[in-house]
Amino acid sequence: MAKRMELQDLNIYYGNFLAVKGVNMVIEPRAVTAFIGPSGCGKSTVLRCLDRMLELTPGGRVEGRVLLDGQDIYAPNVDPVRVRQQVGMVFQQPNPFPTMSIRDNVLAGIQLNARKMPKAHKDEIVERSLRGANLWNEVKDRLGSPGNGLSGGQQQRLCIARAIAIQPEVLLMDEPCSALDPISTLAIEDLIQELKENYTVVIVTHNMQQASRVSDKTGFFNIEGTGKPGQLIEFDLTEKIFTNPSQKDTERYITGQFG
Amino acid sequence: MTVTGGNVVSEDLAPDQSLLVDRRKLGDPVFKGFSVGSGMLILVILAAVAAFLIVQAVPAFVADAADLPYGNTWGYVAPFLFGTIWSSFLALLMAVPVAIGIALYISHFAPKQLASPVAFVVDLLAAVPSVVFGLWGINVLAPALVPIYQWLGANLGWIPLFGGNVSGTGRTMLTAAIVLAIMILPIITSLSREVFLRTPGLQEEASFALGATRWEMIGQVVLPFGRSGVVSAAMLGLGRALGETMAVAMVLSGGRNITFQLLTSNNPNTIASNIALAFPEADSHAVPQLIATGLVLFVITFVVNMAGRAITSGHGFRLAHKRAHKEG
Repeated sequence: MAKRMELQDLNIYYGNFLAVKGVNMVIEPRAVTAFIGPSGCGKSTVLRCLDRMLELTPGGRVEGRVLLDGQDIYAPNVDPVRVRQQVGMVFQQPNPFPTMSIRDNVLAGIQLNARKMPKAHKDEIVERSLRGANLWNEVKDRLGSPGNGLSGGQQQRLCIARAIAIQPEVLLMDEPCSALDPISTLAIEDLIQELKENYTVVIVTHNMQQASRVSDKTGFFNIEGTGKPGQLIEFDLTEKIFTNPSQKDTERYITGQFG
Repeated sequence: MTVTGGNVVSEDLAPDQSLLVDRRKLGDPVFKGFSVGSGMLILVILAAVAAFLIVQAVPAFVADAADLPYGNTWGYVAPFLFGTIWSSFLALLMAVPVAIGIALYISHFAPKQLASPVAFVVDLLAAVPSVVFGLWGINVLAPALVPIYQWLGANLGWIPLFGGNVSGTGRTMLTAAIVLAIMILPIITSLSREVFLRTPGLQEEASFALGATRWEMIGQVVLPFGRSGVVSAAMLGLGRALGETMAVAMVLSGGRNITFQLLTSNNPNTIASNIALAFPEADSHAVPQLIATGLVLFVITFVVNMAGRAITSGHGFRLAHKRAHKEG
């Protein structure tokens, strides 16, 4: 588990609009990479390229290459469905399936891939995934109750359990804590620290403290102005970005002078 | 204003003009009265129809069978009741899968430029008067189906549904059900399309992110989300099929034969179609019996609609309740 991702000369378009320009970066396995930057700078857009979710948006397309352990996920014979089985995603709003129980939510991805599986094996996956998402102790006695009966923070951890149940190589998180209270946020941040032992984690966040707390490397994205494409300004070790950035814009952003 | 022990006590002043009741307020009671009145009116109309049916039908139920032109009323209505439910059931069986297919095509598969024209055409179908469907059924569809019916009768006649003497005109139960199916297709399609379109985008993305294909996503998210909506759409369609008069009266070669056979000329008529066909000839003794059959149809339609409502409003709750119960 855990693969390296490499972005090479990535241009991202919505229709004819160039949304993000010329991104090059290497996302290391078994580490947390954070994307920060002001609203509209394209950090979520870049994230959505990494599991080919971008093309679900009408007009969304990509130029350049995105390598998953050396294989271009945008090569013509690559199936986006297969890519998404290896690159999981957790969204800004917790989105468990409302018609499913907690257990069925965790198994939702398994259900898609492997048709027949003995119950004991499924039980094992449910427990392993919920433990992996630090949710097992809170829900083990009510696995049959609806997933959207949980609190917001629990729902988000359920979504993480659902994402890791299919054992992806990479886990993408798009502002996973922005809809949560501080205590739930802390729980998720602790969880991210544990997840990086097994997965490549990429997290988009608005919260710079969060980036500095959880990530090993940080990429700062910015736009020159409205209508201009977003760009990766600086990408380095998190410690360096937050203490001694090499770009003026990065320094101005992390010191709160704009954004 | 006086100050006592640090507390400010206001004295009565002349009322501030800006706080007084305004003439504009008149609009509220008027509009409320109108809304409540309209709401009441619909209940009164429903009650009036029910009362009319019951009062007029009573003689047909209490009189001695020998005095009634059609004999015992229950015996009289039985084949028509069967015909009504059988034809509507068949129509629903054909229409619902197709309607779901069209609705999903419009909501999730068709390119944007094609989705709205297709939706428009389907809605247009609902605007076609039923007498036109009747004419089309009798002049075009029925003759066109005769060879197919003959083939079915010859090759699959051992299945009871296709047994009996195959009709030479094509005016069979199956033809009537096909016409009905086409007539209820638009309402089921457009209501289903609306619920499918309301599927939360976040849920769809969650499914895609787990590696679902478009079809798997629909099975995992869209259909469970839209289920109760589709059921209620089907119930509305069923209500329409049960009461459809003109098209069935024109297309179906109906009588009083209770049979499941689909391809013969000897079919049970439907209640509505029978009323339309028999009414011009009915004398004052026969009319109460026809109205009695109308009452039966009214009750059936009412029950179907109530069932539809119960399913749509109660489904989510009951599911959660049942699960909680099982856990508890």
